[in-house]
Amino acid sequence: MTVRKFVAQVFRPAVSSTHAGLKSCTTLLLVLATTLSAQRAPDRSHPPQPGPAPALKLPQIQKRQLSNGLPVWLVELHEVPVVQVNLLVLSGSAIETGKKFGVASLTAAMLEQGAGSRSALEIADAIDYLGADLSAASGFDSTAVRLHVPVSHLADAVPIMADIALRPTFPGEELDRQRQQRLTSILQARDDPAAIAAATFARVLYGPEHRYGVPTFGSAETTKAFAVDDLKSFYASIFRPDNAALIVVGDVTGDLVLPLLESAFGGWKPAAGSKPAAALPAVNEPAARTIYIVDKPGAPQSQIRIGWIGVPRSTPDYFPLRVLNTALGESFTSRLNNNLREQHGYTYGASSTFDMRAAAGPFYAAAGVQTDKTSESLTEFFKELNGILKPVPEEELTRAKNYIALRYPAAFEATGDISRQLENAVVYHLPDDYFSTYVQKIEAVTAADVQRVAQKYLTPGRFAVVVVGDEKTIEPKIQALNLGPIKKLTVDDVFGPKP
Amino acid sequence: MRRAVALIVLLAASPALAQTPPTSPKKIEVAYTQFTLPNGLHVILHEDHSVPIATVNTWFHVGSAREKPSRTGLAHLFEHLMFMGSGHVKPGEFDEWLEAAGGENNASTSNDRTNYYINVPSNALELALFLESDRMGYLLDTMTPKTVDAQRDVVKNERRQSYENRPYGIAQPTLGEMLYPEGHPYHWPVIGYMPDLTAASHQDVVDFFKKYYAPSNASLVVAGDIDPAKTRALVEKWFSDVKLGPEPEPTTIPGVALTTVTKKTIADRVQLPRLYLAWLTPPHFAPGDAELDVVADVLAGGKNSRLYKRLVYEMQIAQDVSAFQGSANLSSSFQIVATARPGHTIAELQKVIDEELQKLQREDPTARELERSLNQIEASFFDRMERLGGFGGKADQINGYFSETGDPDWFNEDLSRYRALSPSHIRAAATHYLPVDRRVELIVEPEKKP
Repeated sequence: MTVRKFVAQVFRPAVSSTHAGLKSCTTLLLVLATTLSAQRAPDRSHPPQPGPAPALKLPQIQKRQLSNGLPVWLVELHEVPVVQVNLLVLSGSAIETGKKFGVASLTAAMLEQGAGSRSALEIADAIDYLGADLSAASGFDSTAVRLHVPVSHLADAVPIMADIALRPTFPGEELDRQRQQRLTSILQARDDPAAIAAATFARVLYGPEHRYGVPTFGSAETTKAFAVDDLKSFYASIFRPDNAALIVVGDVTGDLVLPLLESAFGGWKPAAGSKPAAALPAVNEPAARTIYIVDKPGAPQSQIRIGWIGVPRSTPDYFPLRVLNTALGESFTSRLNNNLREQHGYTYGASSTFDMRAAAGPFYAAAGVQTDKTSESLTEFFKELNGILKPVPEEELTRAKNYIALRYPAAFEATGDISRQLENAVVYHLPDDYFSTYVQKIEAVTAADVQRVAQKYLTPGRFAVVVVGDEKTIEPKIQALNLGPIKKLTVDDVFGPKP
Repeated sequence: MRRAVALIVLLAASPALAQTPPTSPKKIEVAYTQFTLPNGLHVILHEDHSVPIATVNTWFHVGSAREKPSRTGLAHLFEHLMFMGSGHVKPGEFDEWLEAAGGENNASTSNDRTNYYINVPSNALELALFLESDRMGYLLDTMTPKTVDAQRDVVKNERRQSYENRPYGIAQPTLGEMLYPEGHPYHWPVIGYMPDLTAASHQDVVDFFKKYYAPSNASLVVAGDIDPAKTRALVEKWFSDVKLGPEPEPTTIPGVALTTVTKKTIADRVQLPRLYLAWLTPPHFAPGDAELDVVADVLAGGKNSRLYKRLVYEMQIAQDVSAFQGSANLSSSFQIVATARPGHTIAELQKVIDEELQKLQREDPTARELERSLNQIEASFFDRMERLGGFGGKADQINGYFSETGDPDWFNEDLSRYRALSPSHIRAAATHYLPVDRRVELIVEPEKKP
């Protein structure tokens, strides 16, 4: 199957039961329509104008806690008999130090490889037999064990989930399996130009010593060195009820689900010591723009990443930045996509992203462009990155704001959508009125706000430019652009020697 | 795409929590109304007020299988052109108007069909219907050679990005060529070949629209936070002036069968060799199709599946293994795909795969293997009910069922295909459809360094 759009980011409406109905405008047109004969053409000279936006009814978040103080956030959603239960631990890769890059990711992967009285195969068999989905994964700021299950099997699945989260056994032979699996994945990452571009960009921004400069899975070197005790001690340091929360979304009620959660998680006690905290060093912005080329001989496209360190999730400029990025590179009609794809046809899709984390994550503009248009694409990228520093016209601003605000209900449609929203609220300490004031905060953003944050956070003259492509074809024309000094990196520079 | 098309539904009250083994099928209800306009457009309406959104989902019953061999990729290129404006919508306005109303859209093309969706807040439903009807009725009013050129370049870059520059990306197009003889409509890839994309002309686009984009060759699902009576009136208002078109002539599909083993090895910019074994299998919803979904699970679904357990877990000679029944309308293909770990060979993998395949052909799978698969399939039917719009959302599934079976609510029938299976059915399907001496064997190996 081939798809029109490369970036298929879908935020879709979903709120609990509300019958908003069609408003007066539609009713009026209905009357009009019924008076037309079936074969008579309607007036197509103007597009129909939408009526008043339907009321946004946000899901109600019930905030409870278990007897050991573990918070439980519950949203009832009764359309489909499924439920999502996530145990969220409020620490991830960002707290790793020195030679331990990758320990959070490997620890999470090991949770399912033996827990309670069950082996890895027994856990998988039990979960698959229930028609459930159970996974454990870590990001920079959190680690989560996530269960998605038909509600009829919830009571059978939760105790298995609790074993995995609270009683992992970390068998040595399973660690060896995971290690080989990961070393091979790290080897395979070298095949994928998009993966190379992402890793190179992070490395260039933060350097190899900063946690954000190395992929969450770590390196071959660290992966080879981990022992069972590394995982056990990392696990013990972050898996604590005073460093966690439960999120439940689906076809359950509090009365039904809380006793189940209490018996599975209520006896969990914190180990001695205190919660861990991340301490990431600050990074200086470069004085001049630099171009980094990673050679991929024969590649039909060049993977491009352009940008620098952006903002943390706690930025007071969150809402103006959302509007800015929507207009620059998030929506289909955004400037980058419209220019590089629709006007020039250099790419299947161009975009930009503010990756917001607890500390300032990267901002980047990105595209895969055809090899013989690489330098032309760089020129167009910088045209748009510089252009967005000027005031955004009113029509474009309104479109960007509407695109975010009017689609907001879509972020609350399915159990997975809602639980993701709640996870963010917990991990980043979003205020209680965050969801209910979101739309009005977007609507309040002005053209001056957008220009102010563009000028504050986008510095095209000092951006890092990463290009992964066929060096002998692309380098001479990039050189001729005089964007800045060119440095050459190899895949080994980025991922280390082949494992 | 596997089981791209499937069910619909809403399920009654959920059962109480209980410590019980996986249970019986759930009660299923799907409410819809349907009607056909005088121009032949079939319309299905489905109400779901859980969120204040509506979706307009359109399937045109044409895919790459209708292309001429010298114009491969045209159905998909055409799909891109459907967003470039129409008689009363200037270039760019389709997306600009939708975004300004909080809408979003996308489309996809397969061998058999092209599907489009527009998701909007429910107050913007009429805008979505206007845009959908305008391109169905008046696309050619604004279509120019320049428009075709612009999306031709985009589609070529889609081909580069998704196939040529992606590790192992050239494998699937190659498998199609090996499985189906020249001239068979599944021989060429949906994305098309570069020279054909270069050759596609404005006239080809015009002809394609006139031949395949008549309202009688489409079905429209409008679903979500809608009032059926008012929505019907809006559909009649905006789609009734779309002109009647010709019926596409029926196709005659040459019968296909593999009579021997066909082997091929190709090189790619990858570190590790990967093996693809492929067979021609029964079409979507034909006898054998559901059985082969379960065969795929028994072989490679989850850690306890036979191939994963041996190749990846126990022997650790493979990095990954997968199996799937790729269902399509004219013929399906069943594939087993495995990647060798460093230091191991494709021959080692193939030996184990064939041992397990032959074992499944000799002995029934266990009752637990079958139940485990069926429970997961049943759960997936629920999961597909969670979203209304978009690819694989409820509206898309309704359209898929209608397109393939004539029944918008084929959920129960679809699920019952699986529930009727016994271990001996699974063995019989593995024996009948997956012979080791009649199949395609493709190896993608690392290219030699100069």
